[in-house]
Amino acid sequence: MADEREVIVSVKNLKQYFNIGKPNEVKAVDDVSFDIYKGETFGLVGESGSGKSTTGRSIIRLYNPTDGHIFFNGQDISKIKAHGPKMKEFRREMQMIFQDPYASLNPRMKVKDIIAEGLDVHGLVKNEQERDARVRELLDMVNLNPEHMTRYPYEFSGGQRQRIGIARALAVDPQFIIADEPISALDVSIQAQVVNLMQDIQKKQGLTYLFIAHDLSMVKYISDRIAVMYRGKIVELADSNEIYNNPLHAYTQSLLSAIPVPDPEIEKKRTRIDFDHKSPFKDDQRLQEVLPGHFLYCSNEEAAKYKN
Amino acid sequence: MDKILEVKDLHVDFDTYNGTVHAIRGVNFHLNAGETLAIVGESGSGKSITVRSILQLLASNATIAKGEVLYHGDDLLQKSDKEMDKIRGNKISMIFQDPMTSLDPTMTIGKQVAEPLLIHNNVSKKDALKRAEEVLRLVGIPNPEARMNDYPHQFSGGQRQRIVIAIAIVDYPEILIADEPTTALDVTVQAQIIDLLRELQQKIGTSIIFITHDLGVVAGIADRVAVMYAGRFVEYGSVEDVFYNPQHPYTWGLLDSMPTLDTNENARLNSIPGTPPNLLDPPKGDAFAPRNAYAMQIDEEEQPPFFKVSKNHYAATWLLHPDAPKVTPPAAILNRYKKFEKLGGNAK
Repeated sequence: MADEREVIVSVKNLKQYFNIGKPNEVKAVDDVSFDIYKGETFGLVGESGSGKSTTGRSIIRLYNPTDGHIFFNGQDISKIKAHGPKMKEFRREMQMIFQDPYASLNPRMKVKDIIAEGLDVHGLVKNEQERDARVRELLDMVNLNPEHMTRYPYEFSGGQRQRIGIARALAVDPQFIIADEPISALDVSIQAQVVNLMQDIQKKQGLTYLFIAHDLSMVKYISDRIAVMYRGKIVELADSNEIYNNPLHAYTQSLLSAIPVPDPEIEKKRTRIDFDHKSPFKDDQRLQEVLPGHFLYCSNEEAAKYKN
Repeated sequence: MDKILEVKDLHVDFDTYNGTVHAIRGVNFHLNAGETLAIVGESGSGKSITVRSILQLLASNATIAKGEVLYHGDDLLQKSDKEMDKIRGNKISMIFQDPMTSLDPTMTIGKQVAEPLLIHNNVSKKDALKRAEEVLRLVGIPNPEARMNDYPHQFSGGQRQRIVIAIAIVDYPEILIADEPTTALDVTVQAQIIDLLRELQQKIGTSIIFITHDLGVVAGIADRVAVMYAGRFVEYGSVEDVFYNPQHPYTWGLLDSMPTLDTNENARLNSIPGTPPNLLDPPKGDAFAPRNAYAMQIDEEEQPPFFKVSKNHYAATWLLHPDAPKVTPPAAILNRYKKFEKLGGNAK
């Protein structure tokens, strides 16, 4: 049962506001709570501006959360100091893969130095030989030729660069990886390569992923559970099959109805469900479990309907 | 049906520091009046360059080495820049991918939409602005009369793309070229824009060339589909032909590597191994051969010609040669063949 599984990341009432107190205050993440279980892939989907990337960045503490708590292996990491020893320790356990494989690799660094940066920071290798050996091992793990470790990023294609980004994240042997739209910038034929690779590595190393994306068919394929974000809130959270087969929130329904399918007959029959963006939230609503393992942002009255 | 545009044997080269890149290597296609032709392919396959050649909107290091672009029988490649100005944005107009960069941030949207009319037609400013307002309403901008004097930054991404479309259609062009018009947008907005393009096509009878890498979008909008790889078309036919009776292994790979909502999570995705070839030195044989599990000896040596699959459906693969061994496509493709039979087709 879900409740018996070990929680690796627990987000409690996380709020991430920007420009606080100014007229242009943005509530990018507004009171979000969820648990991620050890070994699973947790998908976070939503449209641009929904706060999904901000949530990921707050969890890995690229921001100082405005309010709320983030527990990692039971330890509250929401308040640890940005440059302290605790942060360093924590960042070894949690790593990130970024969206743009062109912008996230330093063009002036050799691939081996990009990958080994984490090893150096954490003092994980004793000498040059050990460092090179580890880099070779990592390149091999992501199916890149270890002979290419002295090359620069520009010599690689987009898909290969994303593999370098993955190797860098894996270098420090983390438990948890946040992948922020890791395949959005890649071509269809390359996306499948990278997704397969991420899944192979997950099996081998027992990793947990937070997979942030807007491509819903890929998210369904890769995720065990999915949370749908809209305007800084999670509006629905459930097993991935449940979300797709039994979407309860009107926003989730509208999102699912808009996914293009590579099948002309299905496309011809498509009926899009429109979502009313005016005042989507009411004061008496909150995220609550309405069916086993299925959470919905709704009022108690609405929740009661599903419970019988 | 009337062919309003015909591209014949198009070759485009780019001069770079590393040498000449043969980006387009012999592309032939036509566009029928009133239809939507989708060109699909990966980045670098040459789909944008193909359509930019039509309007001669190529970068300065590009040369059209060979070919003809016949618009009502008239070769556009022979026209001067001045003559092209009368065609661009008037007879043939274009929608670009990024709505953030294709609008002028310092000009009100009313003026931007009216601009093509003022340039091409002998109309008063007042009439042009009135028309701009109508078109903005047509593309679904709420209260256009109040928003004519707003600037692009005051609109959302989806609204900006609607404005870009309004500029493109304000002169009721015969041909609308849409280069990845929905790629930068969210799925729900994408669906709205596609609905809008379909609706506009019915209202004003424009023919559309739609470029995208998203096969889902193609399935929803296209009448005919052309699949492009490494500077050439590899397969083209009706949308049903290409989605339910695909013949080229690259088309198989593309259709097979996208998870659908029914894809079993325990199964691995089928990916196409490797990367596209370097067009500085294009391969002698079939450009897809190194990534093709079905490749034969001859694929290394000679470029396959187009083989006829059915009326209007062609694929450039040696597998269709009468002497080729019979191969079994991936399971997902066989399922598509079943669907083709159900629809009354005769799958190979």
